[in-house]
Amino acid sequence: MIEIRLHGRGGQGSVIASKILAVAAFEEGNWVQSFPKFGVERRGAPVEAFLRISRGKILIRSEVTEPDFVVVLDPSLVEVIDFTAGLKKNGAILINTPLTPDELQLPDTFNVTCVDASRIAAEHGLGSPTSPIVNTAICGAFAKSSGLVGIDAVCRAIRDEVPIKPEKNSAAAEAAYASTIFN
Amino acid sequence: MKKVLMGNHAASWAVQLSRVKMISAYPITPQTHIVEELSEMCGDGSLDAKFLKVESEHSAMASVVAAQAAGVRSFTASSANGLALMHEMLHWAAGARLPIVMVNVNRALAPGWNIWADQGDSLAQRDTGWIQMYVEDNQEVLDSVIQAYMIAEQVRLPVMICYDAFFLSHTYEPVDIPSQDAVDDFLPPYTPEVFLDPESPRSFYPLVMPDNYMEIRYHLDQAHTRALDVIEETGRHFGEAFGRPYGLVEAVNCDDADMIMVTSSTITSPARLVMDELRENGHRVGLLKMRTFRPFPVKAVQDALGGCSKVMVIDRNCSWGKGGIFADELKSALVNLPDSPKVFSYIAGLGGRSVTPDHIMDMARQTLDTEMPSDGSVWKGMKQ
Repeated sequence: MIEIRLHGRGGQGSVIASKILAVAAFEEGNWVQSFPKFGVERRGAPVEAFLRISRGKILIRSEVTEPDFVVVLDPSLVEVIDFTAGLKKNGAILINTPLTPDELQLPDTFNVTCVDASRIAAEHGLGSPTSPIVNTAICGAFAKSSGLVGIDAVCRAIRDEVPIKPEKNSAAAEAAYASTIFN
Repeated sequence: MKKVLMGNHAASWAVQLSRVKMISAYPITPQTHIVEELSEMCGDGSLDAKFLKVESEHSAMASVVAAQAAGVRSFTASSANGLALMHEMLHWAAGARLPIVMVNVNRALAPGWNIWADQGDSLAQRDTGWIQMYVEDNQEVLDSVIQAYMIAEQVRLPVMICYDAFFLSHTYEPVDIPSQDAVDDFLPPYTPEVFLDPESPRSFYPLVMPDNYMEIRYHLDQAHTRALDVIEETGRHFGEAFGRPYGLVEAVNCDDADMIMVTSSTITSPARLVMDELRENGHRVGLLKMRTFRPFPVKAVQDALGGCSKVMVIDRNCSWGKGGIFADELKSALVNLPDSPKVFSYIAGLGGRSVTPDHIMDMARQTLDTEMPSDGSVWKGMKQ
C-alpha cells in the first residue's frame, strides 16, 4: 500500500486532486481511498488531503501520518508548514515551484521532483493568473513523478470528474507531465 | 458498475435505486452531501421524487412521517444536533409504525462544537422504537439503505442507517452500484394496506386510553422481535441477488476464539488487521461486528461470544456515568449464560479521534494480559 499526503490551500482543489488520482488508480485496477483532512476548510488556509493506493482492500481509516509520497500544491506552503513531517526515508516529494530540485535544497534523503504548475495552470486559463487552480496540473506531474498512475488514466479521470473546462484541465495535466523535473 | 464514491453519495445512489418518492431534509455537516446529491437527482429528473425543503430537522421528520402515512416511500438524513431536534418525531415515526428510512451520519453532539465521528447522537435515540444499524464501509452504506426499505416495509418499523462522519461520509472508495433492474427485482414497490386516502377516509393516531395503549406498544416490541428474522433473511437474500451477504452481526473466527473483539462501524476495519496479526502470533482471537443495535441481536451475540472467555468491546460513545453503550448492552445479553465471558470495555475515538491498529492492538494486549475487567470503561488514546 502506498500512502500519499497532499498539501494545498483551501480553494486550490487539493481534495479534488486526491479524488482524480484515486479514480485514475482505481481505473488501473487498484483499490483506493481518498479523503480530506477532517477539518473545517477555509479558503486560503493550509489544507491536507490523503490518498491510499493498494492492490487489495484498504482497512486502515486513520489519517496518513507516515506518507510514502508528499505533494505540495502551493509554493508558499514550503516556508509555512512542515510538509516532510513523518515522510518515510527515501520518500518522494512533488512540489509546485518554478525552482529546480537543486535550488530547493531539501534533504537529499528524499526524492524531490518539481513542476511549475502555477505557470502551466495560468497558461491554460485555469483560475486567474494570480491564483491559478493547479490541481489538475499537479495530477499530471504526479503521474510522471510517481509512476503509480498513467497519464492517460489521469486525463480520463480529469475529463470525468472536473465539470469545468475538462479539456483545458486535461491539457494542463499533460503539459505538467512533460515538464516535471527530477533531482 | 463500479465507481469511486464518497459514503454520502453511496447513500444518495441507494435512495435513487430504491425509487424513493419523497425526500425532506435540513442540511447539517457531515450529512449534507447526501441530500444535495438527491436534490440534484430530483432536479435533473434521474429520480422521480418530491424534494421538500424545510425549516428544521423536526419539520423534516414531521413531513416524512406525513408522506409515509400517505403511502409514499420516503427518506431523510441528519446528524448530531439535527437528529436530536428530531427526537419527538422519531417516537412518532416508530409509534405510528411508518417504514421510513433515514441515514444518520454519526457526529458528536455539542458543546464543544465538533463535527466529527461519534455514535452518541444515534445511540441517544435508542428507545424511540427505530431499527438501528451501523455500517463499516461505503459499499455497506449503499447495500444497507436498499435493504433498509425491504426490512422496514416488512415489519412496519422505521430504520436508521448509521455510519461514521468523515471516515465514511467524506471518504471516496470503490463502490459496486447495482443496476436499477436488479434492485427492482429485489425491492418491490411500496404498497401499504392502509394509508391516508381522501377517497377512503379513516381516523389515524387517535387518543388511546390505558385499556389499549399497552397492547399497541406490545405490538411495537413484537415487531422488533420479528425484525431480527427479517434482517437476517433480507441480508441473505441480498447476498443471493448481489453476491454480498449480510447478517444481524458478522462473526469472524469466533468458533475457536479465546478472546473476541466487538466493534461497530469503521473501527471494525482496523480491528480486522489486528485480529489477523494476533492470529499470526498464535493468539486465538475473533471479531464480532455489531451491525444491528436495535433490535438487539441477543441470540446472535450469545452464539458468537458464548464459547470464549474474554470479550473486548470498543465503543465510540459513552453513556455518561456508565460507560461504553455497546459494552453495556452486550453484558446484559451475556449475563444469564452459564459461563458468561468477562467483558472488557474500552472507549476510544470520541469526537472523531482516530482509532488506529496500534490503539486496538494496545487494547487487545491489555485484555489478553488482564485477568479481571474493571467495573467501568477504560478510556484509550487519551493525551497524557
